Order: sequence, then C-alpha cells, then structure tokens
Amino acid sequence: MIALFISLLNRNLFLPILLLSYAYTGFASSYELVDDRGVSVSFASPPTRIVSTLPSLTEAVCAMGHCGSLVGVDTNSNYPSAVNSIKHIGGGLTPNIELIVSLKPDLVLMSKNERISQRLEQLGLKVFVLESVRHRDVLRTLEKLDAIFKTNDAQRVWLSVENEISKATNSVPESSKKIRIYFEVSTGPYAAGPNSFIGETLTRLGVDNIVPTNLGDFPKLNPEFVVKADPDLIVISDNNLVDLLKRPGWQEMTAIRENRVCTLTKEQSDTVVRPGTRMGEGARIIAQCITSKGVHH
Amino acid sequence: MKSGKHLESPLVVKGTSKSTLALILASFAFAGLALGAGIGSTGFESLFNAVDDPIALQIIMDIRLPRTLGAWLAGLLLGLSGALAQGLFRNPLADPYLLGSASGASLGVAAMLLLFGAGADVSSFVFKLGLSGAAFLGAILAVSLTLMLSRGVQHTMRLLLAGIIVSVVLGALTSLSTLLEPQIIQTMQSFLLGTTSFMNWSSVLLMGTVWSICLAFTWTLSRALDALSLGEATAISLGLNLAPVRAGLIGALALAIGAAVAQSGLIAFVGLAAPHLVRSLVKVTHDWLILLSSLMGGLLLLTADLLARWLSAPEELPVGLFTAVLGGIYLLKLMYTRNMNRESI
Repeated sequence: MIALFISLLNRNLFLPILLLSYAYTGFASSYELVDDRGVSVSFASPPTRIVSTLPSLTEAVCAMGHCGSLVGVDTNSNYPSAVNSIKHIGGGLTPNIELIVSLKPDLVLMSKNERISQRLEQLGLKVFVLESVRHRDVLRTLEKLDAIFKTNDAQRVWLSVENEISKATNSVPESSKKIRIYFEVSTGPYAAGPNSFIGETLTRLGVDNIVPTNLGDFPKLNPEFVVKADPDLIVISDNNLVDLLKRPGWQEMTAIRENRVCTLTKEQSDTVVRPGTRMGEGARIIAQCITSKGVHH
Repeated sequence: MKSGKHLESPLVVKGTSKSTLALILASFAFAGLALGAGIGSTGFESLFNAVDDPIALQIIMDIRLPRTLGAWLAGLLLGLSGALAQGLFRNPLADPYLLGSASGASLGVAAMLLLFGAGADVSSFVFKLGLSGAAFLGAILAVSLTLMLSRGVQHTMRLLLAGIIVSVVLGALTSLSTLLEPQIIQTMQSFLLGTTSFMNWSSVLLMGTVWSICLAFTWTLSRALDALSLGEATAISLGLNLAPVRAGLIGALALAIGAAVAQSGLIAFVGLAAPHLVRSLVKVTHDWLILLSSLMGGLLLLTADLLARWLSAPEELPVGLFTAVLGGIYLLKLMYTRNMNRESI
C-alpha cells in the first residue's frame, strides 16, 4: 500500500519520504488493547501520566517500575511508600472527577464501575479497566500493563510473586498441611472461596478451605455454616473481630476455644486482600499464621 | 391523620410575600450557580485560567456548570415531588420516595447490570443510555406496581401501605441480585450514593424538561390539591372527580422523582423538608406551594452540594450523606418545637 503510494508519487522526491514518516507514526507505533470490559482502547504512545483508582493496580504499576508515571491515586493506595506523596483523587467509589481531569492524565486505570468510567470517557479521558479475582488475572493484568507500557516486565514480576508463594508453602510444617481454614474477607460474613485469589493461595499453601467451590468466589455465609464446618483455624482482619464472639454458637467453636484465630493488622490485611503483586507477601503472612498457631490436623 | 388540619386554613393567601420569597429563592440559587463554577478541587484559579487553559475551561464548562445546574434541578424535582406527595396524601410527613420509586430505581440499575454487565458489548447504545434509563424505568414501574397493588388511587392508606410493601420487596430483590453477582456492587453503590458528580449536560437537559412539564401540569391541577386538603368527602362534594386527578398527579410525581433518582441517586430529606420550610415562611395555596417548595428544594440541594464539595476538598463527600444528616437534624427540630396536637406529626 505504502509502496504503491511511493511509486505513484515518486516523481516528487520529498513527498514520499514525508508520507513514509507519517505512515511510520501512524501504523507502527499506535496500538490497540482490549481491557476487561471488552472495550478496545488505543494508544499513540505509552502513557506517562497515569491515574489509578485501585490500590492493587497502583501496586502493580509500581512493581513494574512505573511509579514515576503515576500522577494520581485513590485514597486507599498506600503501597509502596512512594505513592503517599502522589495526589489523592478520593476513594475508589467517590473519586473527584474534576480533580482527575485537572491532573491531565493520559490513562486512568480502574476496576469495573460503569458509572465512573462512562463519565470519565465523556470528558475525553482514556480509561482502561482491569479486574482481578484469581491468580491468573493478576498475571494477565501484568501482561496488559506490559502491553500498555511496551515493556517486558510481567514475567519477571510474576516470577517473584510465584517464588514468594512457593517459599511460603515450604515454610508451612508438614503437620499443618490439610488443616481446614476459614478465611473471613469482611463481616457479613463474607468468606474467601477456593477459586478466589486468597483461596488459591490457601490451596498453594497446602491447606483446606471450609468453603466449597460451588458457593462462589467471595460468598456471604450463614454464620451457622462456619460453626458446623468447625474449622481448625480462623483468619480474620482485626477490624472484623468485634462481633465475632457474639455470633450464635461461635464461642463453642474449637478454633475459638483453643485460640486458633489469626487476626491480621490493617497493614497485613491490606497486603492479603489485594489481588496484586504482593500476593507472595500475603501468602507469607498466612503461612506465618498457620505456623505460629501450631495447628495440627 | 386528621384530614388536612396541618394546613391551617389552606385557602388563605398572603398577598406579596410569596412572590418575594420566590424571587429570593431564585436569586440565591443564581448566586449559588455562579459560586458553583468556582468551587472544586482546583478552586477559583480554574476560573482565572479558563481563558487560555483548555483543561480549566473544560473543568468549568463540562464538570462544574452541569453538576451545579444538575444539583439545582434535582433539588427542584425533589421539592416539587415533596409538595405534591404531601398534598396528595394529605400528610405532612409524606416523602416523595413513598411510592417505591427509589427501590424501583435501584432494582432497575441492578437488573441492567445483571443483564448487560457481564460480557456484553458495553459500548453499545443500550448500555450507554442504560443505567440512568434503567433507573428511571425502574422508578416508574415501581410506582405503577404500587398503584396496581393498592387497586387504584382512591385510598390513601392503602396506597402508602402498598408503597412500603413494594419498597421492601424490591429492596430485597436488589440485595439478592448483588449477592448473585457481587461484581455489580461497585457500580450499584456509586449509583445509589446520592451524588451530583456524574452529571453532564444531558442530565441537565433531561431534568430541566421533566421539571418544566411536571410544574406546568401540577400547576393546572393545584386547585384539586387545595380541595383535597379539606378532606376527600369535601373534595367530592365540591364536584371534584378524584380518581383521574389523583392518577394524573401521581403520574407527575413518579416522573419527577424518577428523573431525580436516575440522575442523582438517593438524596434524603430534600423532598420532605422543602415544603415544610416554605410553609413555615408563607401561607399559600398549592399552586404557589408547589412552585416555592420546588425552588426551596433546588436551593437546599444546591447549597448542600456546594458545601459537600467545599468542606472536604479536594476529596468529595457524597451530597446524599450531607442532606441526610442536615435534613434529619432539621426535621427533628421541627418535630420537637412544634405543637404536636396542632401539627399531628
């Protein structure tokens, strides 16, 4: 096609060169990527002014070495510490739209929230949605970021996550393998199902989940269900702890009677419940809990 | 609920004060709209930079102006539907959300997200129009359902009861959908938060149109509301054919509240408080009560929105939370300071 143009116009020596150079910027460097909504987003060049409205995406961008490209993050983004000096654009659910616009970002990374993404796109911003529920989604997110930045870091970053998870697995004593764990994500109670990223981590650590697969990723459980399942170990964030003993029948549960409850601090909890590049560290925290409680099957 | 005693001699009109009040409310709103262009994350500097900075211009023209106007218009709609609901049900505590519109809107959004949220072509026309449209449709359908269940509009008590039942049942269905498909919770929440931050020019156009239609319509039927305030029996003896009038007014109520909910989410107390504030300032018949309540609602929501934006800048407080707290305090005060017997609250 270009060759045809050139041959048609070759009487003018300057024009073909000009056309070629346009063709180069036009075809070779602009690229299209499909996000998790199924929307095709086109990039003229890798973004340099990014707003992230999700802590796990903030962490992923930084893990891939692009912390410096972030110009705005949501209020919950608190890792790595470098992001604390970046402008806060409000909570993920209540972002300050005009603040985002005023930061002149060339890319907004966010999770699925049609209301917010629609408004941002109306205002002419480029939105890329990335949603992670499982381990492989995190890898996919990293690969998408690689494609966005035109870099090659996804495998390296993912490998270090994998290594950390393996290390955590090896640290769990043989006697504690196969113990049955109840992991509470938030009061409701919502649990981590085996197919969620937390559930996958538990499986990797060699322990069992009291929640069956068919209940979904983060099912809302009947508190009675947990009593009946009688887990060997309970992992819970410490701000969910308040009403734990008030739940009917919970005082009588073996795990609670024998103090086999790990309470995660805010920091630990942030690490464990974010589907991102710190899942290896999350695995280590859970492994530590299992080991420290010395639970046997 | 002694019929109509809350409106002490409802047909008394105090000559000038009503138009003065309307003028005051409108000019305050105008000042608020001007102020609205200046309040936000970047403050007034956007105004000064607007001439040569395209982003600053965009912030003012495409974000601050439509959302400020939108807040005012949503308030106009809420105030109008509040006055309408209180006249229609002859109860000063009637809230425009009573007929199930709010829970209908929520279910509409949930259903839309369930049907199209997962995997479908999100850039499609249906989806783009979808969420607000679904909320609007849900609100209208919920009100129709309430009317069906109460077998018409003749019995106020039955209507209110049906409204409560519809609200609870649709609310439960909404919760069920979020349990089935937890991914929609995020979008649901930002829809129901009660915020003006997603409003654009088409929201403004839509709400403006709906408001003009509803105001013109209720103004012409306001005589019937005056008659109704004297009691149903009196109204009938005055030769009023209640059923079609009620149906028309409920239609206008559903339209107004549906449009407000679809664009701004759930904003508590504005519809309830606006008519009270007006009644505490002037004594008017329903034609003026509806107009003034509407203007009052607009000013209330506009002020609340400006405060919500300004107080926590650069973060943003959802205005719905703000009106809930302020409105709640005001209504409590109203409840305790007024003569209980006379006011029948």
